[in-house]
Amino acid sequence: MTNLAIAANGLRKSYRDKDGDKVVLDGIDLAVPEGTIFSLLGPNGAGKTTTVQILSTLIRADGGQVQVAGYDLNRQADDVRGAIGVTGQYSAVDKLLTGEENLLLMADLKHLPKREGKQKAKELLEQFDLVDAAGKPAATYSGGMQRRLDLAMTLVGDPRLIFLDEPTTGLDPRSRRAMWGIVRDLVKNGVTIFLTTQYLEEADELADRIALLDHGRLIAEGTAEELKRLIPGGHVLLKFADPSRLDAARPILGVGTPDHDALTLQVPSDGSVRAIRELLTLLDERSIDVAEMSVHTPDLDDVFLTLTGQQTDQNKEALR
Amino acid sequence: MSALTLATRDSSTMVRRQLKRLLRYPSMTVQLIITPVIILLLFVYVFGGTLGTGLGGGRHTYINYVVPGILLMAAATAATGTAVMVATDMTEGIIARFRTMRISRASVLTGHVVASVIQQLLGMAVVIGIALAIGFRPNATPVEWLAAAGLLTLFVVAITWLAVALGLKSPTPEAASNAPMPLVFLPFLGSGFVPTDSMPTVLRWFAEYQPFTPIMQTVRGLLLGTPIGDNAAIATAWCTGIAAVSYLWAKKTYNKA
Ligand SMILES: Nc1ncnc2c1ncn2[C@@H]1O[C@H](COP(=O)(O)OP(=O)(O)OP(=O)(O)O)[C@@H](O)[C@H]1O
Ligand SMILES: [Mg+2]
Repeated sequence: MTNLAIAANGLRKSYRDKDGDKVVLDGIDLAVPEGTIFSLLGPNGAGKTTTVQILSTLIRADGGQVQVAGYDLNRQADDVRGAIGVTGQYSAVDKLLTGEENLLLMADLKHLPKREGKQKAKELLEQFDLVDAAGKPAATYSGGMQRRLDLAMTLVGDPRLIFLDEPTTGLDPRSRRAMWGIVRDLVKNGVTIFLTTQYLEEADELADRIALLDHGRLIAEGTAEELKRLIPGGHVLLKFADPSRLDAARPILGVGTPDHDALTLQVPSDGSVRAIRELLTLLDERSIDVAEMSVHTPDLDDVFLTLTGQQTDQNKEALR
Repeated sequence: MSALTLATRDSSTMVRRQLKRLLRYPSMTVQLIITPVIILLLFVYVFGGTLGTGLGGGRHTYINYVVPGILLMAAATAATGTAVMVATDMTEGIIARFRTMRISRASVLTGHVVASVIQQLLGMAVVIGIALAIGFRPNATPVEWLAAAGLLTLFVVAITWLAVALGLKSPTPEAASNAPMPLVFLPFLGSGFVPTDSMPTVLRWFAEYQPFTPIMQTVRGLLLGTPIGDNAAIATAWCTGIAAVSYLWAKKTYNKA
């Protein structure tokens, strides 16, 4: 069995406010194997940042058993800190210092020898395309540059487990892809990544396993493929010019949900070229014209919207 | 490396961080030095003649009298700056980053304190330099100078830890700029600008028992040869006590947040 970089059982957290206790994490179980990318996906306020803050020793959980990098989160917090790197949702750079000074500060705090620290800072400035800005105060950086510096600072000292809380929020598409490349390279070298995101595409691209967090509960977990299988599959939507064609098509295909108002027939399909060709051939043989056609393959968006939608409906149910 | 070596190393890293920040934005430092200098000039040239006469001399008598009070006021003004710096720093994301790193917890605070103490001692040196230029005439031996410098340093350390604790307690940097305000007035409500026996009873009682008075009396005694009595012991006790309590308070507040 591979070792787990993160193992959490029954993680709970609530905040006290005016109207009593607000439960933010309601019993979360996590198992992240070493050397993999795990993505926590969820809408605003789901509890992603809270989870990261707890796992990175920034705040304490109210309950639950948690091991991070093999250490007990409560009793060995300092050992956990020695093993992890954190890039939080909000910028964590010293804005009054220059980019280079920020990196050297990290090197000193990681107790790297002077020469090694300088070397590492130089490499990271190059890797993150910050060489030109190295001597300028971080306060003058653009949002994307600060984000890059933030991640570069996290990488000083080569942590084995890295937390990234929405690392690409606010980045342009090019920078986002660059960030993905960096994350992939890290994992190639055996680093474990715990990543939160609101972008399903990002989770789909990067993550080995994805967990969907909503209202403080994990509502689904698995690989991107597994999650996509959770909801009604893909389909082909056929549109006809008149009701008679629609009525004729339905028995020929044997399956499909007709919509007489829209004059469409929704036929379950995996969306492959072969399946579509077969379908069209069948209709062609009977000379039934199709006016329009669209192919719909399920993506994580469907999973996300379907599952988080259910959750809200259930909550409404409970309120009644 | 032992825990103590690591703590020392992290603290010196944080001191360098803080000094760099202070050097990069010197306007605060400059302002903190200029304020007491202006007060010095104001008291010497505007009120000094009259107040000096009251002391049985003239303007020059008053310069000698007022310098210790100005030095303490300089430190108290600087404490306001430190509290604001700390409160501002706590709103920055970098502090969250520090908390997720395996570094000595108090090192961030130590960095603030040491850098501020250096800043303030420089400020005091400037004030003394200007005072000497306009007629301050201490008669201290090198040993007495050293003792005065030692006590002032102890005082600065104490008031800076207090400022750090107040800064940590403040919800916003604005609130932090008000918290240490009373300290700035303590030299006035003590023997800083006029002798306490010229004050009404209630005020005099307060002035004689508040911590700034024995400190000013001791510095005055060391530099100018006035009687010190048990003021030195009381002053040292106050400074050590304030430093210790503030240190623990600051550390606890930082760890809790
Ligand atoms: N310090 C706090 N005090 C009170 N409530 C809090 C606190 N921090 C977070 N919360 C609440 O906890 C819930 C989860 O917040 P969290 O920041 O973890 O969400 P998130 O999933 O990271 O959202 P986002 O995508 O917006 O970053 C929110 O409802 C938030 O209001
Ligand atoms: Mg968040």
